[in-house]
Amino acid sequence: MIHVNTKVNGDDVEFLCDPRETLLDALRDKLGLTGAKEGCGTGDCGACSVTMDGRLVCSCLVLGAEAEGKEIATVEGMAEGENLHILQEKFIEHAALQCGICTPGILVATKNLLEKHPEPTETQVRYWLAGNLCRCTGYDKIIRAVMETAADLRKAS
Amino acid sequence: MQYHTPSSFDDAVALAKDAQGVTRFLAGGTDVLVQLRADIVTPDVLIDIKKIAGVSDITREGDGWRIGVAVTGAEMSEHDTLGKEWPGLVEAMDLIGSTQVQGRATLTGNLCNGSPAADSVPAMVAAGVTVTVTGPNGERKVAVEDIPTAPGKTSLEAGELVTAVHVPARGKSGGDAYLRFIPRTEMDIAVVGCGINLRLDGKKIVEARVALGAVAPTVLLVEEAANAIIGTELDDAALEALAEAASAACNPINDKRGTIKFRTHVAGVLAKRAAKIAYQRAEAAS
Repeated sequence: MIHVNTKVNGDDVEFLCDPRETLLDALRDKLGLTGAKEGCGTGDCGACSVTMDGRLVCSCLVLGAEAEGKEIATVEGMAEGENLHILQEKFIEHAALQCGICTPGILVATKNLLEKHPEPTETQVRYWLAGNLCRCTGYDKIIRAVMETAADLRKAS
Repeated sequence: MQYHTPSSFDDAVALAKDAQGVTRFLAGGTDVLVQLRADIVTPDVLIDIKKIAGVSDITREGDGWRIGVAVTGAEMSEHDTLGKEWPGLVEAMDLIGSTQVQGRATLTGNLCNGSPAADSVPAMVAAGVTVTVTGPNGERKVAVEDIPTAPGKTSLEAGELVTAVHVPARGKSGGDAYLRFIPRTEMDIAVVGCGINLRLDGKKIVEARVALGAVAPTVLLVEEAANAIIGTELDDAALEALAEAASAACNPINDKRGTIKFRTHVAGVLAKRAAKIAYQRAEAAS
């Protein structure tokens, strides 16, 4: 077993993991953070998206051991207490989800997009989210929610 | 499975040399972890090279570039100058996978995975990229086209690993381009890929390299295709000769993504299109 020290959503955490265990498994099974979902387990669907040192990654394609010394951010870190992140509010407002399995990954991915590109075009949003599959085919509402969030954030800043 | 994080390439080589069973080096992990999960390759020893100093750096090397073996596609795309000098190379890397995959995937991993359809490989071959291979017997410099030997196989020997990627100096009046055909717009594997790099003297092409992917067991460097455009101003006759030579070099498989006939034809079409883009870029840089 490997002893891993890392930071998740700003908190110092540690866990023991098998070398084959993914960061996704560690988050879900060792740290009880079940927001990141396992869809495909092979980096195709994006349901397990988290950021590692600010970089969007599929946590199923990162070993738990690789999180040593890194800063991980998951969907659980988006809301502040009872106050939802504006992206979460917009997703609810636009009903940008059906079953919700893809939603945590898409929220993490779009938050990362808007941090890097506060004025994305619709094409840019669609390409950025190409690795986040929604099998309820709710893409259009998702894109609208993201575009409106971006516009609101620009107004507020 | 043992997991190691050596702090130098010497340590990595020593670990690999003494390793028992299946050994894999881990950079971005976008192939290694997929193969691990699918039980295609379960390493006994996994050597993570990301803790080695310099592996995430893109640095000047003469007038060219040295790209660290753990530099990600995203880092290449975000670089200020690399993509201005070698847009084809950077675009080829950027075509691989999603935003998430771009955050992890590396040129070296794409090369060493040995897929004939690897997008960055024809672009590297066209650009004349070489890699440093380090092993128990020291270092050697190898042209990218000499690394893959068959699908999933490379010329790297036991205990050897790629330790640096060397991109040549762009020089004057040069341009490169990479195009691939996929049935979707994103998140797919090349049915055919074509990388072209050329240099102009005035309007005339004086140097060219043409590389094809996904149309043979390994990437192809097609000299006949390059010769078809060298000495020309890329007129229609030269383009036709280029397409013919590119198609003639193909030895593809038939599969659900493309038939032999389709891949052979598309190789010629992509070669023409990529050559035009590379030519325009070379003109703009003149």
